[in-house]
Amino acid sequence: MKTTREQPLVLVVEDYQDAREMYAAYLQFSGFAVAEATNGVEAIEKAQTLIPDIVLMDLALPRMDGWEATRRLKSDDRTKDIPVVALTGHALAGHAEGARQAGCDAFVTKPCLPDALVSEIKRLLDRPTGTPEGRPGRNTKKRS
Amino acid sequence: MPRASAPMPMESVSSIEAEAKLALIEFLLTSMDMQESARRAVDWLVAHAPVEQAVVVIVETVSNEMLLVAEHGVSTGVIMDFALSRDDTKHPLVQALSSSEPVFISSLPAHFRAPIDARAFHVIPLRAEMHEPGQGLLLASAVSPQIDSETLWLGRTLGKQVSRLLSRQLLAETRFGQERMLLYSIINAVTDPILLTDTEGKLIIANSHAEKLFAAPEDSSEGWRRAVGLNNMLFSAALSTSAVGMSELARRELLLVDPLEGSDLLFELLSSRAKDERQGTFVVSILRNVTDLARAKEEIEESYRTLRVAQAEVRDERHRLDLIIDSVADPILVTDQEGDIVLMNTPAERLFSPLPGAEMDAALRRVRANGANLTSFVSNVLTRSGEQRYRGEIQLADPVTGRPLPVEALAGTILSEQGELMWVVTILHDLTEALEKGKLYEQLKHASEQLERKVQEATAELAEQNELLRRQHIELEQASQLKSQFLANMSHEFRTPLNAILGYTHMLLNNVTGQVTEPQRKSLSRIDSNSRHLLALINDILDITRIEAGRMPLNVTSFVVGDLVREVMAELEPIIRRSNLTVTSKAKTPLPNLRSDRQKVKQIVLNLLSNALKFTPAGSVTIQATYDRRAKQMAIAVKDTGVGIPLADQAKVFEDFRQLDSSPTRGYGGTGLGLSICRRLSQMLGGTIDLASVPGQGSTFTLRLPARPRRR
Repeated sequence: MKTTREQPLVLVVEDYQDAREMYAAYLQFSGFAVAEATNGVEAIEKAQTLIPDIVLMDLALPRMDGWEATRRLKSDDRTKDIPVVALTGHALAGHAEGARQAGCDAFVTKPCLPDALVSEIKRLLDRPTGTPEGRPGRNTKKRS
Repeated sequence: MPRASAPMPMESVSSIEAEAKLALIEFLLTSMDMQESARRAVDWLVAHAPVEQAVVVIVETVSNEMLLVAEHGVSTGVIMDFALSRDDTKHPLVQALSSSEPVFISSLPAHFRAPIDARAFHVIPLRAEMHEPGQGLLLASAVSPQIDSETLWLGRTLGKQVSRLLSRQLLAETRFGQERMLLYSIINAVTDPILLTDTEGKLIIANSHAEKLFAAPEDSSEGWRRAVGLNNMLFSAALSTSAVGMSELARRELLLVDPLEGSDLLFELLSSRAKDERQGTFVVSILRNVTDLARAKEEIEESYRTLRVAQAEVRDERHRLDLIIDSVADPILVTDQEGDIVLMNTPAERLFSPLPGAEMDAALRRVRANGANLTSFVSNVLTRSGEQRYRGEIQLADPVTGRPLPVEALAGTILSEQGELMWVVTILHDLTEALEKGKLYEQLKHASEQLERKVQEATAELAEQNELLRRQHIELEQASQLKSQFLANMSHEFRTPLNAILGYTHMLLNNVTGQVTEPQRKSLSRIDSNSRHLLALINDILDITRIEAGRMPLNVTSFVVGDLVREVMAELEPIIRRSNLTVTSKAKTPLPNLRSDRQKVKQIVLNLLSNALKFTPAGSVTIQATYDRRAKQMAIAVKDTGVGIPLADQAKVFEDFRQLDSSPTRGYGGTGLGLSICRRLSQMLGGTIDLASVPGQGSTFTLRLPARPRRR
């Protein structure tokens, strides 16, 4: 279902404007096409219409949270193959587990520097297709 | 007396016979007494001839009466009945007087009497010469019609003696002799021993019964003779003591010995003095056998004594019973079927007897009232004859003070052997004390109840306070949780803006918005490093908060320590490369796998290594893992050759926000929470972190963990 695009399309779902625009700017700077959504409902709509190459999903969202949105994306035939990278400020084990159960392909803890995020996205996109879903991605938690 | 049965040699026999005859003749020659001579002759005859009965009869020349002077073996009745005159010429005995030969009478015609019991007897006339008429007769019981020579000899000898004596003797003497003989016969007939003695107790005449006691035959046994000797002695002694001042009949007891049986015989001795002008004073003694009497008397005395003892015992028993009853403090009364008091002890007397001498009306009235109350109680008992025990309460009054005296009465009935009610025994027990005790008990119970109520109140209050404390505790816990939650949320909220700051700084530094100048880059770098420091602080605070809130779950797995160390070193590779330090890892192989929370162990080791790198300007850092098999403990030591920590400060490094150089411009980065978190984490895992350090030489931090987590 992949569209042949010059640049891979990244759907950035983030309610905090500064962060959303920062990631969008850096992704564009790094050679990605970017679409934005501010809540779960919007994220699903955009994902269904745009069919992005990858979704960057903040988990704490208004209207519909990231976990629910991810579950819906993964249960929809049109969107179920799109990798989802979860983004959370909570470094709790429960959050990562919940995200994995919801169907996220990777898990990134905020604060996450833009280039770290970009490298994670690249890693997922470079992954050979047909990789079993729900396989845990590498935890990129950083300290100190 | 039977003769010796053994035959003797002839010469010897005749010599003994001759001697006996000679002795008799000698006696007769010296004797002047007819009676004596005749008696001696009869005794000789009975002893030496086959004669059992013998009688000597003398003719009194004046009256022609035939008189008996001696006899042997003839019954008294025959002697007393005998009376014959010489004038009765038809009588065979009178005819025999003139016979020249001894006459044998086989049986006397019925109308004639002879002074002898034997049917057949020889009659020998007594005379000096054969041709003379007989002056007397010797009658001897016959065994055959033929007279024996011994009897013939004696007849001749005695005839000569009679003739000799009659020529001199007075007639009266002959008569006296007969009377004396009669008397002697009578004395013999008496069953009690009779003796005639002189005042010294020397025997003059004794009847046959007395002879048994006081005279021993010549051929008697030694024991017999000794007994007789003893009896004579005892008799003389008794007589001599009773003779003193004795003129009347003396009566005394005398203990003698039965010579044949050897047993004791008790006699009553009656003795009186008889005076004879010719021969002096004699003592006549009659002995009455009282042995059986004495024995009976003794028995009576014994039974009397027993009776006395029994009476004394009964008296003692009664006395003891009285003592016992009186010693009981409670009043005891015994009443008969009519309800009348028959017995009571001293305490009962105080209640039911009028006081002696006290005329107090009130006291008397109370005593009567007490008695009436008791009577009604006893009558109750009597109507309930079926029961052995009866219990009741009676209201009495102290006779003296009038104080009410409630008593408990316990009555028992005593039945006769026929089952009739004989007595009622009643014991009274003063209830005053019991009632007072009851009152006290009630008071005590009341007080106890009050106390219990107070205790309950206090307990309730305490429980309420406990509940309050429990709630406060829960509230505090909730508050603490809220605080932790708040801190967790806050750190999250910090992160969002910080994320943006770090991101934009990063973008600027990466020339996303165009090339920055060198002074701008310097400033941006400062913003970047301070932002990172702030992030580290926020992360550490979040960790501590989570540990304290118990929201740091353990995820225990089994892993290889060496791998973990390599991972840590790989993660810090950029810093190691920049530091120019020699960093090595050693492991004493083989190490067992460690069961613990891998992520937390890694966090600790990471922290320790980064600290070591930070505080070591030059030299080396070594990570060494060892396993203590005995303590089952894994140790990971991080050793550096850095600045070191003074001993006094070694404990401080584990405290929150503590770096030894706490100035704002300190030379080392870090939040100052790293070691504090490490220690908390190691404690969570059941382990410890120790520090050994010498300033200027270096420090060694050692993490020790149990090979497998202990249950807590």
